[in-house]
This record gives sequence, C-alpha cells and structure tokens, in this order.
Amino acid sequence: MAKFTGMKINPKRFHRSQLKFFIILLPMAAFVALPILFIINHAFKPLNELFAYPPRFFVRQPTLRNFSDLVDLAAQSGVPFSRYLFNSLVVSGIGVVCAILFTSLAAYALSKLKFRGKKLLFEINTLALMFVPIAVMIPRYITIARLGLIDSYFGLALPLIAMPVGLFLVKQFVDQTPDELIESAKIDGASEMQIFLRIIVPITAPAIATVGILAFQLIWNDIIGPNLYVDDESMKTLPFFFQTVAQGNIPGQQHANPVAGQGVLAAASLIMFVPNIIMFIWLQNKVMNTMAHSGIK
Amino acid sequence: MTRRMNHPLWFLMPYILLFVAFIIVPVAIAFGLSFTYFNTVETPEWVGLRNYIELLTRDEVFMQHVLPNTIKFAFIVGPVGYFLSFLLAWVLAQIPHLPRTIFAIILYSPSMTAGIAMAVVWTVLFSGDHAGYLNAMLLNWGFISEPIQFLISPDHLMNIMIVVALWGSMGVGFLAMLAGILNIDQSLYEAAYIDGLRNRWQEIFYITIPSMKPQMLFGAVMAVVGTFQVGMIGVQLSGANPTPQYAGQLLVNHIEDFGFIRYLMGYASAVSVVLLIIIYSISKVTFNLLGEKE
Repeated sequence: MAKFTGMKINPKRFHRSQLKFFIILLPMAAFVALPILFIINHAFKPLNELFAYPPRFFVRQPTLRNFSDLVDLAAQSGVPFSRYLFNSLVVSGIGVVCAILFTSLAAYALSKLKFRGKKLLFEINTLALMFVPIAVMIPRYITIARLGLIDSYFGLALPLIAMPVGLFLVKQFVDQTPDELIESAKIDGASEMQIFLRIIVPITAPAIATVGILAFQLIWNDIIGPNLYVDDESMKTLPFFFQTVAQGNIPGQQHANPVAGQGVLAAASLIMFVPNIIMFIWLQNKVMNTMAHSGIK
Repeated sequence: MTRRMNHPLWFLMPYILLFVAFIIVPVAIAFGLSFTYFNTVETPEWVGLRNYIELLTRDEVFMQHVLPNTIKFAFIVGPVGYFLSFLLAWVLAQIPHLPRTIFAIILYSPSMTAGIAMAVVWTVLFSGDHAGYLNAMLLNWGFISEPIQFLISPDHLMNIMIVVALWGSMGVGFLAMLAGILNIDQSLYEAAYIDGLRNRWQEIFYITIPSMKPQMLFGAVMAVVGTFQVGMIGVQLSGANPTPQYAGQLLVNHIEDFGFIRYLMGYASAVSVVLLIIIYSISKVTFNLLGEKE
C-alpha cells in the first residue's frame, strides 16, 4: 500500500513537505503586517524622518515626541488626554463586564434550561447575527435619547453589550457541558443560579474570555457612539479625539502641517491597537478553543 | 440569595432587555420612520411609500452610483475575503502549532485596528503627492512620471477600498474556520484514502468542507456582515462624504449623507431598511448555496 500522502492536520514538527504552505503564508502575512509595522515605525519617527524624501519605512532615531504632541493637542482642545483615556477605560470596563455577565447568563438559559419559546429565542438571535448596527445608527440615537442616556457612559456602553455573535458562541460552548454534571448538582440541592456560578462559569471560561475580547474590540474602537450619542466634550472617548486630530479640527490649532500630523496620528493608531493585540495574544488559546464550537448547525 | 434563583428570566432578562432596546426597537423604528417625512425637528409626517418610490425612481445618485458600487464592493470583498479566509485556515492547519499561532495572530490583527485611526496609514501609503509611499516607489522605478491622485481619483478609490477591505477580512469567521479544520478527525482522511480518494481537491470537497460545514456557514455569515460593516472606508480614505464623484459611495454612506448631513431621517431610514433587506437576502442565498452541498 502506498504511503499516506493526504492532509496532515496539526503536525507536531516541521517537515520539508510543509514548505509550500509557508510559501503561500509568507507573502500574505507580509501584506497584512506591513501597514501595522508602518504604524509602529511611523509613531516613533522624529519630524525630520517624517518629512524625509524619499520616504523611509523604518525609524532610525526613535522618539516619543509624537505621543507627547498628542497629549498637548488634547490639552489645547480643552479636554486633557487623561480624561479621554479615562472615559474610554470606564466605558470599555462597563461594557466588557456587562457583556460577559449578561451573555453567559443568557447562554446558559438557552442551552440548559427548559422554558417555552427557547428555540424561537435562539433563532431570533441567530438571525440577528446578520444585523449590521451601522444601518440603524439613526433609530439607535432616538432610543438612546428617549432613555435619557445622551451624554452618559451608559449611553456609550449599553448599545454594544448585547452581541448576537457573543451569545451564539457561548451558547454553542455551553452545549458541550454534559447534562449529567448539572443533574448531579441538582440532586445535591443546587439552584440553577448556583449551578451556573459554580459549574458553568469555570467550564465555559474560554468562551467567556472570547466574548470579553470581542466586546472590548467593539467598544474600545467605537466611533459612532462618541460622535452621535455624546455632545459634552468631556464625556467623549479616545477614538473621537483621534478622529478630530485626523480631521484637523482641533480648536485654536492651525493644522497647517499634514505631514507632522501623520506622526501624531500613527501614535494615536498605536494607542488604539496595542490593548487589543495584547489581549488577543494573551487569550488566543481560549479564543481558538471557543471557535471550535462556533458552527451554525 | 442565589439559592432560589431558578427561573429562566433571571438569566435571560438583562440580555433580552438590551437586545430589544438596541437591536429590535431600532430596526422597528427604522421600518416605521421609512414611511414618514422626518427632519428631526417637526414630528414625523406619514408619507406612505413615497420614500421608497423616490429611492427607486428619482434618486439618481442611488441608482447610478450607490447601488452599483455596493454590489461591486460586496460581490468582490465578500466572496474573495471568504475564499482567502478558508484558504489561509486550510494552510495554517497543516503547519506546526507555534508558527501557526504567530501567522494566525498576524492575519487576524487588522480586525483589531480602529477604522478612523487606520485611515492615516492608507492616506500616507496612497497619498497623492510624491511623498505618498506608493507614488514614491512607482516614480522611483519609473512606472509613472506624475504622482497619481489615488484617493481622490474616481478611477482608483473603489479599487483601493476593496484592497483595504480584503486586508481586514480575516476576522472571527477566519478563526472559526481555522478551529473547524483543526478539529477534523485525522483518521477520516486516512480512511478516505484507503477508500480510493485520489487527490487534494477530492479531499477538500469530500472530507474537509463537509466535516466543517457548521463553521463554513458561520464564516459565511460573518463575511457578509463584515463586508457591509466596513462601508465607511470610502469616506475615511477620501476624507469626504459624498466621496469624489460618488466613486466610493456605499449604502452606509448614503444613509449618513441623508440622515446626518441633510437631516432627512425618514428617507435615510428607507435606505437603512433596504440595506438590512439586502444583507438578509445575501445571507439567505449563501446559506442555501452552502447548505445544499451535503
């Protein structure tokens, strides 16, 4: 019989036959990584390197000047940088905690509890996977205004907490928990909430971490909220401030120099990107574990 | 306190409240407003189907630019992005753990960048003067003699939007498909080869895709939604709404244009409803296409 030559999933070590895969991957990864490497280099370039012609990709004499300029720009706009940062952290904090808690609670109910309309609820949620928030930014504004949430942290966080994708992923993950485990806890007299807290939460930690990451990405990067749902300058978040810098709208600042602005904007992009990537690298094993159960059946 | 919390409502209430308030109700409002004239100051005035009729018969920008642009953008970015996600996931599954993790993080990283902040990269790379990186390279190598106005030229804007969207298309769906392939039982392949499977193509179509169909479907929905979600990039790249000669105008920009620039909220809502219907139909069609390959 001929030697098996088919697909080898998750090989233990490198073999020459894998070279062809690396030949596909390297150019793709380079194409994807270049803009990000560019941001990192650009953010640390001093003024003369930003102006250099022909333009250079790599930074030669890194400086933190762009970051300090960014802080100064915020001060000129009347709201200190620390305030924007604080707002972003508070909104993301509220959002991530609520998303994790609410999503996993609902996922447990949809997966293991028995009640009428359960199947329908899950189907509505699956349908909502196709929902594109950007399409309803106007009605969302009306809802938020009616609820009196304009100019508040909750107005920024609450609309983004119910994530159909998050509920979907956690529910599929909870499905994997054997019913016997839950039954035996019930025989010992545990209530559903106790089962959820003591058994389900520890077991579904990977899925919960994934929801946390997705919620953080969504809320930390959100630009629609601070643009539409907040008028008070001191309640706005980092993405909004970076947007005003990008558009050169800082009051009292003659933004006559778009090239110098590039360095500052690259620094801003980096500030937005770094927390996301750190969280993802830290939790990527858990994310992959969750995704294994992500299928629509 | 937790001792007596058994009722499903304890678990479902918070999520459902937010889901209704920020997804169901807004969709219902959009639907309702789409039958009205509403300028945000006066109370909405019922106009029946007028917004839809005007959209389909009078709105030349919509018919000549927005709709064709959206279709072109969606039909390239959606399928190509989906195919790339699958291809890369398939390749990644066949290399060892450490390089796989590194490549996966790199490929996923664009999904973590913020649109507004990232626009700076593209504006610098494609900048219309000779300081733009692409222009500098092309000038340097002698391909062109004059810098090209990539971002404000109607000829180039759409193509750049497509490249940028594809750059960021390896998202949650890509991760799901990667995990899906990694979870396929290796012995399936060995058995299939004994049963007479001959080559890689057969292997992909008879074993790999059927074994991970749930993840393929999930990835498809994510690809459709992701395609429409990045609709703002045309405006971010060119720095103007409307985009130059409407070259990069997509449905999402049309909504913003009418809703927040002209304050014709009723009309903008009608466009929103059309957008939601388009996304829903494309997802349904995709589902049926993929679903039949059992």
